[in-house]
Amino acid sequence: MPLSRSAAGSRRGSPWTGVGTVVAKETADHLSGVRMVVIEALIFLVALVLAWFSTTTIRETIGQSPFLFLRLLTITPDPIPFSFISMVGLVTPIIAIALGFDAINAEFNQRTLSRILAQPIYRDALLFGKFLARLLSLSIALVSLWLLVLGLGFLRLGLPPSGEELIRMLGFLVATIAFGGVWLALAMLFSVLFRAPATAALAALGLWLLFALFWTVMVTPLLATVIAGPAEGIFGPNIAYISTEQTLQRLSPNTLYSDAAVALLNPTTRALGPVFVSMRELSTMVNAPLPVSQSFILIWPQLTGLIAATIVIFVIAYIVFQRQEIRA
Amino acid sequence: MADGVVIRAEQLTKRYGANVAVDHIDLEVRAGEIVGILGPNGSGKTTTILMLLGLTEPTEGRAEVAGFDPLRDPLEVKRRVGYLPDQIGFYDGLSALDNLAYTGRLAGLSRQEIDTRFAEAMQRVGLGAVSHARVRTFSQGMRQRLGLAEVLMKRPSVAILDEPTTALDPHSTQEFLDMIRGLKADGTAVLLSSHHLDQVQSVCDRVALFNRGRVALSGTVTELAGRILGGGHVIDVEARGSTIPERLAGVPGVVRVQALGGERYRVDCQRDLRADIARRLAPEVELIGIHFAAPSLTEVYNRYFEEARLAAQ
Repeated sequence: MPLSRSAAGSRRGSPWTGVGTVVAKETADHLSGVRMVVIEALIFLVALVLAWFSTTTIRETIGQSPFLFLRLLTITPDPIPFSFISMVGLVTPIIAIALGFDAINAEFNQRTLSRILAQPIYRDALLFGKFLARLLSLSIALVSLWLLVLGLGFLRLGLPPSGEELIRMLGFLVATIAFGGVWLALAMLFSVLFRAPATAALAALGLWLLFALFWTVMVTPLLATVIAGPAEGIFGPNIAYISTEQTLQRLSPNTLYSDAAVALLNPTTRALGPVFVSMRELSTMVNAPLPVSQSFILIWPQLTGLIAATIVIFVIAYIVFQRQEIRA
Repeated sequence: MADGVVIRAEQLTKRYGANVAVDHIDLEVRAGEIVGILGPNGSGKTTTILMLLGLTEPTEGRAEVAGFDPLRDPLEVKRRVGYLPDQIGFYDGLSALDNLAYTGRLAGLSRQEIDTRFAEAMQRVGLGAVSHARVRTFSQGMRQRLGLAEVLMKRPSVAILDEPTTALDPHSTQEFLDMIRGLKADGTAVLLSSHHLDQVQSVCDRVALFNRGRVALSGTVTELAGRILGGGHVIDVEARGSTIPERLAGVPGVVRVQALGGERYRVDCQRDLRADIARRLAPEVELIGIHFAAPSLTEVYNRYFEEARLAAQ
C-alpha cells in the first residue's frame, strides 16, 4: 500500500493555524529579553551620537540645502567616520542576525520542538510566526531609531521636516526593514541548517562580512574580469565589464540597499549605476532634485529585489525545515 | 471508532532511503487501554509514534488516530492526542503557567479553559505550589510531571508517552505510574514506550515488542509468556532435597525449570501444575512452598532477543 501525496490527498486544516499565537509569544519574548535591551541600547547610542554630530555640522552650514533632514541622514559628520545611512546599513544586518540565528536550532537544543509541533499547528505556522515576530521586533527597533533621529533633529535644528522629506524618510525606513528582512531570513535559514547556534551565527556573520567588505571591492571585480574581460579595453572602458560588475554587485543585498537609500535620501540622484549622457544633457541635470515619485520609481527594482530575496531565502528555509526529522 | 479502537496502524512503514525504520506494522489500541511498546534502541518505536502524531509521513500503509488520518488531518489528530516526548524540554525562562498557556493557546483553548485546566492538571501532578515558578528551577522529575500536566490539560482521547519515567527516582516513578493509571481511569488510551520492562508490566494491559522495525510480538504478558517461555504459567517452588530439578522437569506439562538459588526453583508450565508438582516431589523431597509467580516481561523480552540473536547467527 505505497503512499503518494496524491493518493493520500492534501493535508487538511489551515497552515495559518497558530501563527498569531507564535507571533505573540515570540514577540513578547524578544521585547522583554536581554537581547532586545542590548539592541535598543545600541540603537539609542547610534541615534544619539550621529544625530548630535550631524546636527552640529548642519547648523554650521545651514542654508546650503533645502533638504536639511535628509542631510542629517547622509552627511558624514566630524569626527564620526560614518554617515547615518552607512551606520544603519552596518547595524541592521547585525540586529537581524542577532534576532534570527537561533530561531529554530534553539528549539531543537531545548528539546521543545516536538512538544510544540505535537500541538495542532503546522511547521509552516511555526516558521512563519517566528519570522514575523522577529521582523516585527526588528521593525520596532528601526522605527525607534528613525523616531529618535527625527526627534533629535527637530530639537537641534529647530525646524520640522517638510512633507517630501518625511515621505523620503519613510521610504528609507521601509527599505531598511526590507534589507533587515533579507538578513533575518538568512539568519533563520542558518538556524534551520545548523543545530549549533554559534555555527549559525558565524555563518550569517561570515556572509555579512563577505557582502559588506569584500563583495564590491574584491569579489565582483574579480568575477567580472573572468566573465567579461579586463576593465579597460583598447578603446577605453570595457562596457561588458562594467555591466557584468554592476549585475554582480546587485546580487548583494547591501548594494541594493545602499542604492535605494542613496536615491531616496539624495533627491539629486537621477540614476543608479553607470550613466552615459552627453555633456549637454549633464549640464541640465546637475543639482536638479528629482520629484519624490520619480525617486520611488528609481528604487522600485531595488526594493522589490530585497523583498524577493527575503521571500526566496525564507522559502529555502521552509523547504529545509519541512524535510527535517523532528525528534527533539 | 465504533469498535472502540482509537489507534489503528495498518501495514505502517517508514523507509529512509534503503534503511527500513518501520516495516509493515499493525497495531491497535482501544479507549481506556494502556499498551506498552518495547524494543531496543532503533527498533522503530519513536518513528511509529511520530507517524501516529503526523510529525513524519509514512512511506506505506495507513494509520488512524482518534478517528482521523494523521497524514491528511494532522491538526485534528494533534487536537486529540497528548504527547509526552522523552527528555521533555520547556522554555526555561518562562514559568510553568506561561509554558503551558502557550501550548494551550496553540491547542485552541480559551483563556478561561487554560486557567481552569492548568490549575486542575498542576494539582493532579503535584505541582500546584510551583505554578508560577520559572521552569529553570525545576528538577528533571518536575519537568516530567509538567509534561504530563500538559497532556492532562488537553483532555486527550489518546496519550502517547515516550520514555516518561527516564531519569525519575523510584518514588517519583511510582507516582508517575499511578498518574498513568489515572489516565486509563479517565478513559484515555495510553501508548507507552519504555525500556523499563517491570514498569511496563505493572501498568500495561498489552504490550507490543518491536524488533528491527517490526512488531515481533503483541498481546498480554501472559500470552507472550505462553508463546516465548513455552508456558503461560510460572510456578515458584521452594523445596529441600536431592534431584529436584530432574523431578520437576519430569512432570508432564513442564516446559522449563530454572534454579533461582538456595532452595528456590521457577517452573514454566503449560497449565496449573501445582498439584502434579507436589505429588511428584513427595515424599523424598520436603516441599516448603509452592505458588504462582507472574510471568516476567523481562524474562520474555530477554528470551525473545536471545533466540532472535541465535537465529540470526
